[in-house]
Amino acid sequence: MTVAAKGPHASLRGVTRVYPAVEDHSAVHALGPVDLDLCPGEFFSVVGPSGCGKSTLLDVLAGLAPASAGTIAFEGRTVAGQVPEGIGVVFQEDASFPWLTVWDNAAFALRRAAVSESVVRERVDHALSFIGLADFSSAYPAQLSGGMRQRLCIARTLVTRPRLLLLDEPFGALDQQTRLLMGDELLRIWRETGATIFLITHALDEAAMLSDRVGVMSARPGQLIEIVETRWPRDRDSTIVSRPEFGEVTGRLWARLRDESLKALELTGARRGRMVIAS
Amino acid sequence: MSRAGFIRLLVVAAAIFGLEVACRAGLIDPFTIIPPSAMTAGAWNLLVSGRYTQDILLTLGSVGLAAVLAIVGGFGLGYALFRLPRLRRALDPLLASYYAVPTFIFYPLFIVLFGLNRLPLVAIGFVFAVVAMAINTLTGFKRVPPVLRRTARALRLSEPATLVQITMPACAPYLLTGAKLVIAYSFIGVIAGEFVLSGAGVGHQIAFAYNNFDNPTMYGLMLLLIGFVSAFNTLLFAWERRFYRRRGLT
Repeated sequence: MTVAAKGPHASLRGVTRVYPAVEDHSAVHALGPVDLDLCPGEFFSVVGPSGCGKSTLLDVLAGLAPASAGTIAFEGRTVAGQVPEGIGVVFQEDASFPWLTVWDNAAFALRRAAVSESVVRERVDHALSFIGLADFSSAYPAQLSGGMRQRLCIARTLVTRPRLLLLDEPFGALDQQTRLLMGDELLRIWRETGATIFLITHALDEAAMLSDRVGVMSARPGQLIEIVETRWPRDRDSTIVSRPEFGEVTGRLWARLRDESLKALELTGARRGRMVIAS
Repeated sequence: MSRAGFIRLLVVAAAIFGLEVACRAGLIDPFTIIPPSAMTAGAWNLLVSGRYTQDILLTLGSVGLAAVLAIVGGFGLGYALFRLPRLRRALDPLLASYYAVPTFIFYPLFIVLFGLNRLPLVAIGFVFAVVAMAINTLTGFKRVPPVLRRTARALRLSEPATLVQITMPACAPYLLTGAKLVIAYSFIGVIAGEFVLSGAGVGHQIAFAYNNFDNPTMYGLMLLLIGFVSAFNTLLFAWERRFYRRRGLT
C-alpha cells in the first residue's frame, strides 16, 4: 500500500513545537520542522536520542498538544485542539485506572461513548480474550504485573476500534523478554485490526522488528533525518531478530543515530555544566 | 483477626480490667473514677431511659451538618487552590499556620452572626474541620499522575467529566483521609463548644453532670460518646482498608 495509491492516513507538514518561556526558563524549540505521511495500515516507528522530541511529535500528531507551526491532518481532516475520533493513544506510564476492575477499565471509553451495553460486553470480552486478560476480568490493576497492565491499556484503546493507534514507548518499563513477546502481540493486533500504528520507542531492535518503516530523529529540535524501510513480511514475529537482515537494519539505524545521540549527550552535558557553574 | 489486632485488643482489655480492679479495691477514689462496669451500666441506663436522646440527636445533627459543610466547602476550596496557583501561593502561609489559631475564640463572633442557637456550634465544627479537607483535596489533586489526565484527553473527556470520572476517583484516598479528619474535627469542635458554651447537647450534659458530681451520668455519657466515635471510625477504617486493598496500597 503506497501513499500515492490511497493518500496518507495522517500527515504532518512543517510541524514545529516551541515551548514558550516560563519564568526563568527560556523558550525551548523541541520539535521540527517535521514532514511525514503515514500510509494506511502501515506500522511506523520513530527512534531518536533522549529528549529529541519523540513524545512531543506523538502529542502533536494526536492533538494532545498544539503545533507552534505547520499542519496536521488525519483522514483528510485537520487535527487541532482535540484528539480526533479514530485515534487511540497508549502511553509509556501505567495509565490503568486503579479504582476499576480490568473489565471496567476496558469498558471505560465505550461507556463514555454511550454505546449499548450489549455492544460494550461483546467488544470488551473480545478485547480481553484477544489480549489474554479474560481470566483477570474481575481483578484490579494492582493485582496485575506491569506487562499485564500495559496490555490492559492497549485493550482499553482497542475496544474503541481506532484506525490510527499511537503508542508512546508502551513497553519502555518492561524487561527485554516481555518486550519481545509484547511486540509479537502488537504485531498480531496490527494484522488483525488493520489499524495504522505509530510507535515511539528508544529501542532500535524493537523498532526494527516491528515496523514497516522507521523514522530516525535528530537531536533537539527533533527532525526526521532518515526513514528506513525494513521490507519485512506482514506476518512477521519476534523470530525475525535472528535473521541477518535484522542486524543490517538495526546497524543502519544506529549508524544514523549515533552522531545524533552524541549531540544530545553534549547538549545535556553542556546544560548540566551550566547548572553546576550556576550553583 | 490479625496478630496486631489481637495484641491491640489485649492491651485495651488489660487496661479496662486493671482499672476495674483498682476501682473495686479502693485504690482509686469513686469521686474521681468509677469502675468501667459501672460506666457501662450507666451508659446503658442512659440509652434505654431516653433521658438524653434529644441531646444525643442534637449533638450528632450538629456534627453531621458541620462535617457535610466542611467536606463540601473544603473540597471546593482545595479544588480552587489547585486550579489557581497564584491564590495557592498567596494563601499557603495562612493555611500552614491555620491550626495555630484557637478557633473557639471566634464563638462570640458566630453568636453575633448566627444568634443564640446551634449554628455557632456548627460554625465552630466547620471552621475547625474545613481546612483539613481543603489541604487533603489539594494534595490529592496534585498527586494525580499526569498520565491519567493525558489519558482523559486521549479519550476525549470534557473538563467536568475528567474531574468526576478520573481526577476525583484517582485522588479518592486523599479525599477519604480528609473526610476522616473532618469527622474527627467536627466532633471535637461541636462537643468542646457544647462543653463550654451551650445549654444542650452531649457536651453540655457531660459538663452539667461533672458540676453536680454525678459520676455515673458523666462517665456514662463519655462512654456513649466514645462508643459512637469508635463505631464510626471502625466502619470508616474497614471501608478504607477494603478501598486501599483494591488499589494495592496495603
